Amino acid sequence: MEDLWTVAVAVFQLWIFVVVFFITLPAMFGLSLGVTSVYIQILVKLLEWATIRIQRGRQEQPSVPAPLPNGIIERAEGSMEEEMEQLRRSRSLEGGEFALSDALYFCKKGLESIVDDQVTQRFSSEELASWNLLTRTNQNFRYISLRLTIFWGIGVFVRYCVLFPLRSVCHSSTSHLPGEALISALLAFATGTAALTAVKQFSQRITLAIIGLSWLVIGTTLVGFLPENSVKYWLSEVVHLTCYRICARALSATIRYHNKENRPQKGGICVANHTTPIDVVILANDGCYAMVGQIHGGLMGVIQRSMVRSCPHVWFERSEMKDRHAVTSRLRAHVAAKTKLPILIFPEGTCINNTSVMMFKKGSFEIGGTIHPVAIKYDPRLGDAFWNSSKYNMVSYLLRTMTSWAIVVNVWYLPPMTIQDGEDAVQFANRVKSAVACRGGLLDLAWDGSLKRGKVKDAYKEEQQKMYSRVIVRQNSISATHTRRDDQS
Amino acid sequence: MGSSSSSRNKIPNAQELMDQTGFSSAHLLRLRDRFESLDRNNRGYLSRDDFEALGGLAMNPIGGRIIEAFFSSGQDTVDFSSFVRILAHFRPTDRNRNKEGTQQELPSSRTRKLKFAFQLYDLDRDGKISREELLQVLRAMLGLQVTEEQLQSIAERAIQEADLDKDDAISFDEFKKSLEKMDIDTKMSVSFLK
Repeated sequence: MEDLWTVAVAVFQLWIFVVVFFITLPAMFGLSLGVTSVYIQILVKLLEWATIRIQRGRQEQPSVPAPLPNGIIERAEGSMEEEMEQLRRSRSLEGGEFALSDALYFCKKGLESIVDDQVTQRFSSEELASWNLLTRTNQNFRYISLRLTIFWGIGVFVRYCVLFPLRSVCHSSTSHLPGEALISALLAFATGTAALTAVKQFSQRITLAIIGLSWLVIGTTLVGFLPENSVKYWLSEVVHLTCYRICARALSATIRYHNKENRPQKGGICVANHTTPIDVVILANDGCYAMVGQIHGGLMGVIQRSMVRSCPHVWFERSEMKDRHAVTSRLRAHVAAKTKLPILIFPEGTCINNTSVMMFKKGSFEIGGTIHPVAIKYDPRLGDAFWNSSKYNMVSYLLRTMTSWAIVVNVWYLPPMTIQDGEDAVQFANRVKSAVACRGGLLDLAWDGSLKRGKVKDAYKEEQQKMYSRVIVRQNSISATHTRRDDQS
Repeated sequence: MGSSSSSRNKIPNAQELMDQTGFSSAHLLRLRDRFESLDRNNRGYLSRDDFEALGGLAMNPIGGRIIEAFFSSGQDTVDFSSFVRILAHFRPTDRNRNKEGTQQELPSSRTRKLKFAFQLYDLDRDGKISREELLQVLRAMLGLQVTEEQLQSIAERAIQEADLDKDDAISFDEFKKSLEKMDIDTKMSVSFLK
């Protein structure tokens, strides 16, 4: 019994040593020991093996549907004129006007959108061709083989009992006192290895959230007391960066920045595609930005108010948000002062599932100033970062993220763009959107992201009616001239 | 992790649906996922505003009529089996079906497809497309892009062509006759991927 106890204590001491020296300290200084990249390489190999097993298993079970990432139907890519021509070719009359079969074209198009449409599928998580051993991502997963099940079981254990407590400890070690770190490590170890009861998990998360965020509040408030000089700016940068780096470690995020020479400069506007609230953490790990948003009450409000003490973010009252002019003028004033930090804006306005880029709202492009586009692409094999706000609230989303394998992100900084002569805000927005989509390997869609919540404008229907009338009226005028000639002859 | 039929259990009378519509079980599962993603409030059925939220349908000139086709008269909700039965009209026609068998006619047969198209025109379901009903469809498809006289003349010509027994309305048989040379199978099929 004594031996067992000493062994347990030794293991525990080793655990604490590992946690403190290999995870916490490097996180504070922004260093990486390369462990994470090795881990990710091993993971990817493992997942590829799993995919092959599933594909083999699927061949033996034909009733299991294969995942289709691009939608479940095959669409004909012809225009309205071409399809109508095909419909009419089978009729004996040449250049016929309206035909009863014309409605079939609209009918088919309508049914196709009911079965599958470009917009709705962007607001649910991407369906992967392979499976990353997270049941949540493969909605159609079926039992394939025993070996796979075992691996899945090990995966659950690793994710919940090893990775999650490790990440929680990172979060809590934001305080410098070794005693506090030890106590929180103890907590993490106990709850991680013992059966996780819901109550313990919940209270642990609350503790961690409080400790993690309090560092941000306290740090920025302290810095806020300093007079406006370069030391203050440098210190506030340090505080912000450290906090965001710790958050990124907590999520096991591996971020690769490309083209760092194009990083957004002071007085510019940074524009990026939006997948999840974590985008802010990802971007802020590599530079300080001025955030734009609504002032909330409660805890968020406290954090926002203290952040603004150390460096100028742009927070709006709820009433101000409705007034577009007020918003634009405040942002314009911020940009005009060339010494202020670049503003971070997500022009899509809502979270999209990272397979495509939807319409960029023109408001951000009317402010003036240089636009620095950034493309963010998450690796879907290792974890689904998309926040489906209608399905999950913030807390369950964070829990899912913290228990997935890892978050691997590629961030590309694109060269700055400015509005050109003869271009209006909408065209400029589309130009930036295409550049971002092209760089990030995402689909460029013209649909408005707010379609998630609202209805389509009537202008689209009028467009369809216009196109159809051109088909008919053109035919009509041809047959009208024929009959006139017949009359005359 | 579940056995192979764990998800099919979510679909009531799956086998019956498969027999009556001709969809495979894989297709049924996909349609079930689609039904659930359209059903944004998780009510287990669809109502008109769930359909109207689809961009592609809202901009379709006859989108309203297509939506109505899903709702049998008097009903305001569409459950999963009705959803599948309507969509079954748009499966490609099975060519090599057993001729001798007493199988009931699948919704994807040519006649049933034509009947579906006929009902897009024939709103009051009286079996005939009257001049007024034709005008309504034309107005929907053309909107304000043509004048009233043009609309009238188009409708006039269409009825003259198709109306064989000169009763000033198009019956289902006359409708079938005017479309007999058309490849209804491809024009009214949505190709579901395997």
